[in-house]
Amino acid sequence: MQQPEQQVPRVMLVDDQPARAAILERALTDHGYLVVARLPSAAGLLAQVSQLNPDVIIVDMDSPDRDTLENMALLQRDLPRPVVMFAGSEDEEIMARAIHAGVSAYIVDGLQPARVKAIVNVAITRFREYQALRDELEKTRGQLADRRVIEKAKGLLMARKQLNEEQAYQQLRRMAMDRGQRLVEVSRNLLAFADLLEG
Amino acid sequence: MPEKKYVRLGFVPLTDSLPLVAARELGYFADEGLEVDLQRETSWATLRDRVLVGQLDGAQMLAPMLLSASLGLCGIRKQMVSAWSLGLNGNAITVSPSLYRGLAALAEENTPLGSVRALKVVIESRRRNSQPPLVLAIVFPFSCHAYLLRYWLAVGGIDPDKDVKIVVLPPSQMVDHLRLGHIDGFCVGEPWNSVAVLTGVGHCIVSGYDIWQNAPEKVLGMSQDWVVQHPQTMSGLLRALYRAGKFVDENLSEAVTMLTDGHYIDLPPELLTVSLSGRLAGGLTGAPFPAHHFHVFSRYQANFPWRSHAEFLLGQMQRWGQLKGDNLSPMVAQCYRTDLYRSAMRGITSLPVDDVKQEGLHADNWEAPGQPDAVSMGPDLFVDGNIFVP
Repeated sequence: MQQPEQQVPRVMLVDDQPARAAILERALTDHGYLVVARLPSAAGLLAQVSQLNPDVIIVDMDSPDRDTLENMALLQRDLPRPVVMFAGSEDEEIMARAIHAGVSAYIVDGLQPARVKAIVNVAITRFREYQALRDELEKTRGQLADRRVIEKAKGLLMARKQLNEEQAYQQLRRMAMDRGQRLVEVSRNLLAFADLLEG
Repeated sequence: MPEKKYVRLGFVPLTDSLPLVAARELGYFADEGLEVDLQRETSWATLRDRVLVGQLDGAQMLAPMLLSASLGLCGIRKQMVSAWSLGLNGNAITVSPSLYRGLAALAEENTPLGSVRALKVVIESRRRNSQPPLVLAIVFPFSCHAYLLRYWLAVGGIDPDKDVKIVVLPPSQMVDHLRLGHIDGFCVGEPWNSVAVLTGVGHCIVSGYDIWQNAPEKVLGMSQDWVVQHPQTMSGLLRALYRAGKFVDENLSEAVTMLTDGHYIDLPPELLTVSLSGRLAGGLTGAPFPAHHFHVFSRYQANFPWRSHAEFLLGQMQRWGQLKGDNLSPMVAQCYRTDLYRSAMRGITSLPVDDVKQEGLHADNWEAPGQPDAVSMGPDLFVDGNIFVP
């Protein structure tokens, strides 16, 4: 039989990035937690907190609503009372990890610290994964853009100097090595220069 | 040689971010061999947390927030240090047009006391008519805004915890919430009072200066650990900020456009210059606030970390039930490092001899003992004529 204190912890998410919040919600659900709400901002949060009674609120570090939450955490009359987590110095390490991942958390007094940390750890992991995913995506985008520039420069050399593709590529590489620049920079300069001559 | 060349400082976009921005834009940090990156933050809590865990080297902080973090009153407890106040004044109280009309009709005199007494009448009438309490916003529970607002309310016989509802909102959202009727007024730093007035959203009825002349406001805050590890970097930052403070004090209206030109604040520059040039309509009659009600970035020893300021702010925390216990002197000395200020500024400018001063004694400019020369100070009266003895 389920005892009241063994109830599934209720989590509220405040995050203006819906994709990230969705990933985190699924992860928390998979870990057996109950996500009671996913909010894009803390507007109306006080009413939501009173109504939905969360044990933990996970907030994006960059949310402008953090100060509002901070104040709620201090006010005894706004029930239930979320309190700022990480009250002891032994929690500094998890706090540092949370902040680096972009997570902040507020808990309602009474939830066992170990359970809170488990929830926060899930959030840290998902925020990190999401960031890595975005970084990867941006890198890929950047690489694709770079490749297009290099292809264009190669095409320019081939047309102007009657080179085949391999020769054009070798010439670009030699220029890059001579100048200590990246291939894409040399290509970009070459294209800019050509533009200038034709301009 | 600074121990650290590349320094990250956090700020929340406000007019009083100007000294940090000027020190960077005018190359004063660079002259000290420092490359300073100013990182814009959207909340005071996140700015503080980033300093606590070392993601930022330091930041423009609310003076009471530095104290509350050192006391562990919100979140993790970590010894924070300031050796530099970034300026005096800069806040004001703005209310909705409907509340303003009520105050203007009821007030017996156009003074900060007259308006708060009228506010008490409004509050009592609302209570009799079973209307909900007025909602007033501040930017952070541990802030000079909170204590100025509470001080003014209390002088009028209003209990800030029972007679009104005080909420916290980010500065940039204050005007919108006032326009939408979510709040009835706010105490916030510039340019947000000017924005409310010039867009017709609110009336600025009392300046922070009206409540406490030349009150402390933001400080440069670091963790003690960081300061111990980077003494030369710290001195370099302070020397650059000294030059920046002097420059902006002397060229205020022109210098403030650095904030908008450099996109530190995304607002038209005209909104920032209004209060600084004595053109912000205020009070109950709309007579403009004199420019000296707003920012002081250098004169009157604005940058000295007066320990009496810290003591006063801690006293306000106790008064409003945020802090219990006493004998706070040792922690004041740990937080407000007059020694670091003096060692960085020796030979550059005259130094105050004392670490504390009485507040509320001077209606005019005055001189405090200094080395080698006496230092000039500004008025420091409280709205109720109270005297604070540290």
